[in-house]
Amino acid sequence: MTSELNRMTIAEARDGLARREFSALELTRACLEQIKLVDPKINAFITVCAREALEQAAAADRRLAAGDAPALCGIPLAIKDIYATRGVRTTCASKMLENFVPPFDATVIARLREAGAVFIGKANMDEFAMGSSTENSAFGVTRNPHNVERVPGGSSGGSAAAVAADECLGALGTDTGGSIRLPAAFCGVAGIKPTYSRVSRYGVIAYASSLDQVGPFAKTVRDAAILLRTLAGHDPHDSTCSARPVPDYESALTGDVRGMRIGVPKEYFVAGMEPQVETAIRDALASYERLGAKLVEISLPHTEYAIAAYYIVATAEASANLARYDGIRYGLRVDADNTGELYNRTRAAGFGAEVKRRIMLGTFVLSAGYYDAYYLKGQKVRTLIRGDFDRAFERCDVIATPVAPTTAFKIGEKMADPLQMYLSDIFTISVNLAGLPGLSIPCGFDRDGLPIGLQLIGEPFAEETILRAGDAFERTGAVKRRAAIL
Amino acid sequence: MPDNAYEAIIGLEVHTHLMTRSKLFCGCSAGFGAGPNENVCPVCMGMPGVLPVLNRHAVELAIRTGLAAHCEIAPESIFARKSYFYPDLPKGYQISQYELPLCKGGYIELPAQSEGTEARRIRLTRIHMEEDAGKNIHESGASLVDFNRSGVPLVEIVSEPDIRSAEEAGAYLRELRSILRYIEASDGKMEEGGLRCDVNVSVRKRGASEFGVKTEIKNLNSFRFVEKAIEHEVARQIDILESGGRVAQETHLWDPVREMTRPMRSKEFANDYRYFPEPDLPPLRVTPDVVEAIKTSMPELPADQRARFVRDLGLTAYEAAVLTQDRDLAAYFETMLATGLKNHRTAANWVMTEVLRAINETARPLADAAPLAIESGELLKLVETGAISLNAAKTAFAAMCKSGKGADATVAELGLAQVSDESAIAAACDKVIAAEAAKVAEYRGGRDKLFGFFVGQVMKAMGGKGNPRVVNEILKRKLTA
Repeated sequence: MTSELNRMTIAEARDGLARREFSALELTRACLEQIKLVDPKINAFITVCAREALEQAAAADRRLAAGDAPALCGIPLAIKDIYATRGVRTTCASKMLENFVPPFDATVIARLREAGAVFIGKANMDEFAMGSSTENSAFGVTRNPHNVERVPGGSSGGSAAAVAADECLGALGTDTGGSIRLPAAFCGVAGIKPTYSRVSRYGVIAYASSLDQVGPFAKTVRDAAILLRTLAGHDPHDSTCSARPVPDYESALTGDVRGMRIGVPKEYFVAGMEPQVETAIRDALASYERLGAKLVEISLPHTEYAIAAYYIVATAEASANLARYDGIRYGLRVDADNTGELYNRTRAAGFGAEVKRRIMLGTFVLSAGYYDAYYLKGQKVRTLIRGDFDRAFERCDVIATPVAPTTAFKIGEKMADPLQMYLSDIFTISVNLAGLPGLSIPCGFDRDGLPIGLQLIGEPFAEETILRAGDAFERTGAVKRRAAIL
Repeated sequence: MPDNAYEAIIGLEVHTHLMTRSKLFCGCSAGFGAGPNENVCPVCMGMPGVLPVLNRHAVELAIRTGLAAHCEIAPESIFARKSYFYPDLPKGYQISQYELPLCKGGYIELPAQSEGTEARRIRLTRIHMEEDAGKNIHESGASLVDFNRSGVPLVEIVSEPDIRSAEEAGAYLRELRSILRYIEASDGKMEEGGLRCDVNVSVRKRGASEFGVKTEIKNLNSFRFVEKAIEHEVARQIDILESGGRVAQETHLWDPVREMTRPMRSKEFANDYRYFPEPDLPPLRVTPDVVEAIKTSMPELPADQRARFVRDLGLTAYEAAVLTQDRDLAAYFETMLATGLKNHRTAANWVMTEVLRAINETARPLADAAPLAIESGELLKLVETGAISLNAAKTAFAAMCKSGKGADATVAELGLAQVSDESAIAAACDKVIAAEAAKVAEYRGGRDKLFGFFVGQVMKAMGGKGNPRVVNEILKRKLTA
């Protein structure tokens, strides 16, 4: 049975470890074996931390033996390479940080360590989390485990692919405009972007500070709930992090959605959506009705401005956040005769094309004379979008939408057209702009066997509600978790 | 003199370190004097993924500064990112305040600058908080950066263009430094970079209502440089205008060696800072009760103390101004009075002459240069009771500065006590009158001027220790008898 350990869910592994049916070391070895076997095909990892992982697993076994096993004791996780991990290089998928080894842990990394988790490796991503396909990585493209000709979604594509390919039991991603939910949908796993401020961002390499949020990938909604409980909570190192108490998300998974009002925004079912995606979403909605939920049509009228507002606000913040990569203190340096030229050469050599594009866009929208027309207006649109959701939630408890208009597209298909790429996030971006929690769960497959994702959006701090809704759908067994074909 | 036809319009931007133990956004020490890059951490080094957490004490000190300058404290202010590339700026942006600063409006009251002049108010535009950058060091062909100062809390105090001369700018800076020291917000040490100043200067024809074109002078790190740079810049602008030219709006650097300003190359200042609200810090909310609590903890400010010295102690405005230039000096004066001195102005003049001289001569801080204030007070009390003369007190003071001994001991040791015993003085007078019979006759014949001579002789006979008042009294009686 041990050869299949890596296919387990976190809940299953937790129980098995507790009953001493297998050891944490065996579980970690199974994941490392799987990585050896399949990662050459999908390239989900930038760095595999075999030695550290085995040490952590051994330590977990000692704690299990001593009977003081914390929540995630011995659970192997993939960590998006955007999290600062003390002593383990953290590249953010950029040449700029190719050899950067942080002297500190991100808060969530410290929390996971405390909870006994095993870090199996640092997962691939779009450089500085800028992208929707994990094609913008200085460490090669990550491929979709369901079809290696397809993208895994992005930017947290490595994390989603690693979970889908059973290289780990769960993973950490980050979501700024859909970077957890889109890859979760494309790879057929669960992924949740919590409410902005629910999880500390300290040690998460910043892309767009007012939008970035930490979240887990998992094979089931229950596993996502288990991970979120450890991740969430106040952090004195992050002034934007909420002090609200963290509920036991797992206990919210009652399976009962009777009377739950599910809002269906008419703006999210538009021309251009793949019919198979729409069918799968409609089927999922029908399942909810059968479970006793009520469907309510709602309107989110400012949806069409979301992408424009996002690319102003996010790039503006990014242009400042990425200014620190100047070749002076750490990371890549390309020497020159004077400082100005050193900056130019370092940044020209260190950043990829998409990162440069967004830095320039962000620099432009903040420039003297353009601030009001772009940045300020972008923030106003953001307020309007938040207002849309406030009004919608007067009439419903959860909003259900597709995660993306299509299933995973072909590698290279959208690289030539940034605008087409940006449209992949059309259904997820508003949620970041409004700071809401959003859950992505598999709700079917298209004819080519590619997963389709359902997005469940909640009110601020209503993670329990969307997790309950997601879990209830999962329990119907309408969608069987399909092992990736590798 | 064409200069008199012009007036200078001057505004100052003063940056000063706040005296916190830790930095503005991390727990590193904000202290001065550590080895290069000893007081640093991932946050103040701008490592990937780090976040700022605002230092509460720094906010309190900034509010104290605002209250001391009569500013309105904003119930909500926001931090902003000011972007520019420089090796000493680790994040590529400085966290500052831009559109909504912590303190708005307010004024600094300049004390009387000499006997007979009046106090003047210089209005403030704003006071905002920001973090300092590190320090570039150019050494043996290499450029090095020390980040100890990176993230040290600063306030920037921006004045309205209300200052009219270099001297007034100096007075403004001295008053500001005095206030900052009174409220313990800053030590105002310019030599450690604890207080830095940028100056905006323009000139206009007297009576004109429009401002002229201004230049900004940066890099001024001493009060003397500020005054010199303003004098130089005002003269330069007047020369340009007088010769029919136009002043260019540009930024100048002060060259302390050549004692002149030079324009910066456009590349050195042509920045678009691309300010936008700092998303990593929520708006800074200050509730009225917090402001109220800080208000009640405020010490007496220099201006209030000056007013009290004039009103309650009968000092002149100028005397009060000199004493309150420095909190320690004013405290010294008040401690002297606490010994029960009746003549406040004598005590004030004592501080302004004897004590300040001791400080200037030794170039050491008050506590090291002068005896304890209470001993200075006791010394002047001996003068008030007639036990010693004022001159003897000065002699004693000089000795006390060196020995650190008390007033009584010093006076006894040096034998400075004066004789007030009437019989002893009468005896001395009799001796002089007997010895100088001829002059006594002249005096009695109407040569009043000789009185001084007799006093001198009596004092001489008494070894200089006769109480002058009693000597005068007895001598007059005996001579006229």
